[in-house]
Amino acid sequence: MTIDMSQFFQVFFDEAEEGLAEMEKLLLAVNVSDPDDEDLNAIFRAAHSIKGGSATFGLTDITEITHVLESLLDRIRQGQMALTSQHVDAFLAAKDILKSMLDGHRHGATVDLEAVADVRMLLQSLSEGAGKKAAASQTPAGSGGMSRYRIELPQLAERELEALQQELGLLGTIEKTEAEEGRCVFILDTTKGADSIHEICSFLVNADDLKISQAVAARSKEEEQGYGFFAPFVPQDATDEERGYGFFAPFVPVNATDKERGYGFFEPFVPQGDVEQAKQAAETAAHGDHDEPPALAVSEHAGEKKAKGEKQPVHESSSIRVGIEKVDQLINLVGELVITQAMIEQRTGTLDPMLHEHLLNSVSQLTRNTRDLQESVMSIRMMPMDYVFSRFPRMVRDLAAKLNKRVEFVTHGAATELDKGLIERIVDPLTHLVRNSIDHGIEIPETRLAAGKTDYGTLSLSAEHQGGNIIIEVTDDGGGLNRERILAKAKQQGMGVSDNLSDSDVWQLIFEPGFSTAEQVTDVSGRGVGMDVVKRNILAMGGAVDIRSSKGFGTTISISLPLTLAILDGMSIRIGHEIYILPLGYVVESLQPATQDVKEISGQGKVIKVRGEYLPLLPLYQIFNIESTFTDPSQGLVVILESDGKKAALFVDDLIGQQQIVVKNLESNYRKVAGISGATILGDGGVALIIDVAALLRSTRQLSDESVFS
Amino acid sequence: MSKTISGFGEKADSTGNEFLAFTLGKEEYGIDILKVQEIRGYEAVTRIANSPDFIKGVVNLRGIIVPIVDMRIKFQLGEPTYDQFTVVIILNISGRVVGMVVDSVSDVITLSPEQIKPAPEMGTTFDSDYLIGLGTLDERMLILVDIDKLMSSADMGLIEKLAA
Repeated sequence: MTIDMSQFFQVFFDEAEEGLAEMEKLLLAVNVSDPDDEDLNAIFRAAHSIKGGSATFGLTDITEITHVLESLLDRIRQGQMALTSQHVDAFLAAKDILKSMLDGHRHGATVDLEAVADVRMLLQSLSEGAGKKAAASQTPAGSGGMSRYRIELPQLAERELEALQQELGLLGTIEKTEAEEGRCVFILDTTKGADSIHEICSFLVNADDLKISQAVAARSKEEEQGYGFFAPFVPQDATDEERGYGFFAPFVPVNATDKERGYGFFEPFVPQGDVEQAKQAAETAAHGDHDEPPALAVSEHAGEKKAKGEKQPVHESSSIRVGIEKVDQLINLVGELVITQAMIEQRTGTLDPMLHEHLLNSVSQLTRNTRDLQESVMSIRMMPMDYVFSRFPRMVRDLAAKLNKRVEFVTHGAATELDKGLIERIVDPLTHLVRNSIDHGIEIPETRLAAGKTDYGTLSLSAEHQGGNIIIEVTDDGGGLNRERILAKAKQQGMGVSDNLSDSDVWQLIFEPGFSTAEQVTDVSGRGVGMDVVKRNILAMGGAVDIRSSKGFGTTISISLPLTLAILDGMSIRIGHEIYILPLGYVVESLQPATQDVKEISGQGKVIKVRGEYLPLLPLYQIFNIESTFTDPSQGLVVILESDGKKAALFVDDLIGQQQIVVKNLESNYRKVAGISGATILGDGGVALIIDVAALLRSTRQLSDESVFS
Repeated sequence: MSKTISGFGEKADSTGNEFLAFTLGKEEYGIDILKVQEIRGYEAVTRIANSPDFIKGVVNLRGIIVPIVDMRIKFQLGEPTYDQFTVVIILNISGRVVGMVVDSVSDVITLSPEQIKPAPEMGTTFDSDYLIGLGTLDERMLILVDIDKLMSSADMGLIEKLAA
């Protein structure tokens, strides 16, 4: 009997992906010179839980990488190693590799095994402290690449010392000086890094008994590394505190991992070291809980970290993972409840308020509760824009590096909430816009400086609510769009443009298919595909795109989206006995045309004249084969619709009213119906179909073509 | 190891199957009871423009939009009348909900495999592809329909075929 593991896999993949995203976010934000303990802990935790999960599911390749990553992170978080930008780069690379490995397991995507091995090597070398050798540029700064190291060794046999001196001599010039208490100190001038010295010495001396310091500089770094320096002979320059901690075992070196493990730390015999300190140790041991020996060795600083770490789970349990279909079902049920409630309200409306006071009070209470319930249920589907924004810092960083640009990335309104369905669909268009801004918008540092701007460009992503819409803006302070070039390009492509177009009309040209003004095609962008797709996708989501640009000052691309696709403002119209819904966003106005304004065109169709403009007339009764009350437009009403710059007049019998409607999918149980985008349930429990205005307007020319609507 | 509960694929299910018997005109049909979600009366539908005439339209079934198919029109059996006795069988077919208008529903019948005879090679209204066989019970004969297959067939046009 096997348990179906796939459901757990799914959860693991989801969580791992979240963990990686979180890790990336933290890594990008981390202050390399002075990392926040909390951040380091959070990064570590993310790696740790991925490791645990992958081990549970037998994804050993992921476990291996995360293990190396985790150990390195642990050393940094313990303060044994200082965080460098090299580390951050390595971690980001590791995150990418882990992501691709996850995808490999999840969707069977191909994984670049070489890259996996590379990252692994990189991490390993970093965690062994040899990372600096890997990247030559990171060699400790010294004049001409030469640095002077002071190497302090523990007591060693004369023979060993000589061998060591010889070996180290190969790195550069070495001098031997005798320090007090029989210890030996080498002074080494070399172009190699401290890691090479470590490597050589480690043949004879335990790495932790060794103290290498850069004689010229880098003292501070040494200190960071050195805390928890449990060498038997504390060097002269060590501070008293350093000496004081856990100084129990002169010849048992303790490194950080030992501190964590801790156990077996209390060798029964007190070594011959400083008696007073040994006593002190014994005292502490007596006071301390024997079950938790690490507490002794861990410095106060580390203890503090631990305490913080324990608090963390409280944050993590503040959300639960629910299947989307459960939420949808809940929304459906609430929708149903709202309709039922509306029915009750309608029925009780006719009752005598004096006789039925209690009933009516209860009904109004029900109305309030239902509305609250509906609101909070709808909000379950809402997610903060941060979900989208958080994937950009990395992209901006990589792209800017690739294009030799300096870009500062800022986000505003990351907490603004948007329907999950929309959130997922907005990612691609936004990605494209951000890439464009970095590639075409923001200039290279030299150009910027020449233009009297800062050498780094600012790219900002913002989101805010505005009425029933959310406005998402991508703003850069780059060179702005070039009006002349766009116009020239448009003419070259044979578009009918005139020179006195308004700026906003010119900007809209870049959304034309195949339009690109990039001087050269880079592998980032410039092939002229994309902007048209961006616009199409946004329109498909019921949104709109607008560009504001000013030459030399930058460009803002503004996307306006409805908050949710599930609810929209609709206008109900009547044709014969049938009721249809028009999404209000497309409705410009409605009017009753005068007879003389309706003209026929070669017996094929009609147009109506609205304020000097001839608009095609769409007789809905003909399109949908409805027995209508009126067939003469001057008797009924026309609703002027606009979508994607196209206008048309829809001929209907009557307008009923305006209301918020809950959009239902027609395709979940039936198929796509031409001219219909969905359905909704009316207050009386009946179904009304929602007209697909965009499709209707697209097909105005083929109105007579039956295939469009069959 | 996972045998479908309906067991239609494997006809030799020893326990026998339960069928919902309904009539279209003078003919009596049976469908797997497990495909039936509920039985309702006929209510006003919302017409879908330009759809085939046997698709009456859609109704609101507790918040779900459900298409209604009239079998009598589709298979030209009986006179399509709509009154308080008209019955709609709500089917749940591979996650999709479809309503089917029939003349009347009689009862639920358990048929053992021996009672199910193969359908003869002759013109029935239903393409023999959609038939499981003929069920016999005393004097009655039930035309057993593989409703799953029928409803998801291209003939019905209920489910959009993937662009292929």
